[in-house]
Amino acid sequence: MQLHYLTAHQLHDMLVSKQISAEELTRAVFERIEQVEDKIRAYITLTREQALELARQVDRARLAGEALPPLAGIPVAVKDNICTKRVRTTCASKMLYNYIPPYDATVMKHLNQARTVMAGKTNMDEFAMGSSCENSAFFTTCNPWDTTRVPGGSSGGSAAAVAAGEAILGLGSDTGGSIRQPASFCGVVGMKPTYGAVSRYGLVAYASSLDQIGPLTRDVTDCAMLLNVICGHDPLDSTSAPFAVPDYTSFLTGDIKGVKIGVPREYLGEGIDPAVREVIQKAIETYAGLGAVVEETTLPHTEYALPAYYLIAPAEASSNLARYDGVRYGYRAAEAEDLVDMFMRTRSEGFGSEVKRRIMLGTYALSAGYYDAYYNQALKVRTLIKADFDRAFEEFDLLLGPTAPVTAFKRGEKVDDPLQMYMVDICTLAINLAGIPAISIPAGMVNKLPVGLQLIGRPFGEGDILRAAYAFEQNTDHHRMLPE
Amino acid sequence: MISIKDVEHVALLARLSLTGDEKQVYGKQLSDILENVRKLQDLNTEGVPPTAHVLDLQNVFREDRAGEHMPVDQVLGNAPDRQGNFFKVPKII
Repeated sequence: MQLHYLTAHQLHDMLVSKQISAEELTRAVFERIEQVEDKIRAYITLTREQALELARQVDRARLAGEALPPLAGIPVAVKDNICTKRVRTTCASKMLYNYIPPYDATVMKHLNQARTVMAGKTNMDEFAMGSSCENSAFFTTCNPWDTTRVPGGSSGGSAAAVAAGEAILGLGSDTGGSIRQPASFCGVVGMKPTYGAVSRYGLVAYASSLDQIGPLTRDVTDCAMLLNVICGHDPLDSTSAPFAVPDYTSFLTGDIKGVKIGVPREYLGEGIDPAVREVIQKAIETYAGLGAVVEETTLPHTEYALPAYYLIAPAEASSNLARYDGVRYGYRAAEAEDLVDMFMRTRSEGFGSEVKRRIMLGTYALSAGYYDAYYNQALKVRTLIKADFDRAFEEFDLLLGPTAPVTAFKRGEKVDDPLQMYMVDICTLAINLAGIPAISIPAGMVNKLPVGLQLIGRPFGEGDILRAAYAFEQNTDHHRMLPE
Repeated sequence: MISIKDVEHVALLARLSLTGDEKQVYGKQLSDILENVRKLQDLNTEGVPPTAHVLDLQNVFREDRAGEHMPVDQVLGNAPDRQGNFFKVPKII
């Protein structure tokens, strides 16, 4: 049996019934990593010894008769922009190539309390800026379904690790689609929770009003279980929302009769690959067949999401990334004449080209004379985009569409044209601007490449999303497909 | 269209020093991106308030009480250069 391709809930049952030990499971995952990592390159740092020690601790607890938390002993791949105490956290940047956090992100504290086993830190686009993992300063991760293609991004390493059996669960972060789009490209489940549902404390900031940590998993049940662990208010994050966290697995009933699902016509229009559209249309039929009420709706400001995002996110990034100055941690350029010279050299040598591009764009949008025309106008448009969703959710419980307009593209295909690369996120950006939750689940294949279905919910409506995602999953086999 | 002079000005504000080639490439790419975002100006947003943040949170206060602190050696553990309990930097003026 291939332990590395089972789900966390299956493995939990096997751990509890003593069919396997946590150490066996961790060893199986690391054997798998040894087998395929040369081809996939999902990880920047592997934490094998630490993982085996944690697994043995779980086994000792089990022997002592302690009840195991649901994710105890389960190997997790963690995106390398989430701070891990004493484990290098690079953001896939030369700027942080040697950074060893002296503290854990709040999500890591939760994962440790839940007794999960971190397998390692995964590759990403530098500082989470990108849609293909090609902006990593170290190397590019390959898509497990076709290694000549990208895994998506920015959380491409975690998505590829879960898809290839190099971890059972993954954590990513999503600022404009960075969990959902790689989930779509790699054929796994990926969820961006409501803004404020998961603490951002210890997540290296890219665009603080949009960033959110979330799960990448093999099925919807695992997604609900991981959400149970990571959601909740955190006094260390002042944008963390005080709310009662439900048991997300309680929504996995399989029943969606009468649930009203809206299909925004903008999400199936121009710019969407016809083959992807066909997969989504089949998913719509599946939902109708299960008793959901599916109707067309509209989000009229959809086309303005991309331009608004590419002013707001870079503006926030230009401010957030001002901290990388070579003084307190990370890279410092040698041979500087004075302090300002050191800032300039450090930043020019330490940041990659996409990061510099976004810092430049954001700085321009915030600079005197342009602030109102660009940044402030983008914030007003953000209000209109959010109002579109508010209106749609007066009528519908959920919205449905593709996660990405295309399937995984070839490496190198879009690197020279930033706008082409940005277009890959047209179906996901607006959700971050509105701060609402959304999931991507496997919905079918086009030319042997996975296609993701996106379900969007009301603020803190993760439960409704999971209910519908689970119903789809239980009535289809797409999530059972595995790459060769 | 963004001129090379604009690029240089913005780079200085962002504390980036760019090579001649980089200035050319960024000038062109930023112009393309700004051309694309210009469509935002077609929208009438009179009376629309800006949204900087989606949560309905105002000031988040906490009690003014000392919490746990990291030992100085840990704080300085990642410093590129240090002297005693200080971060060391090149001369300032």
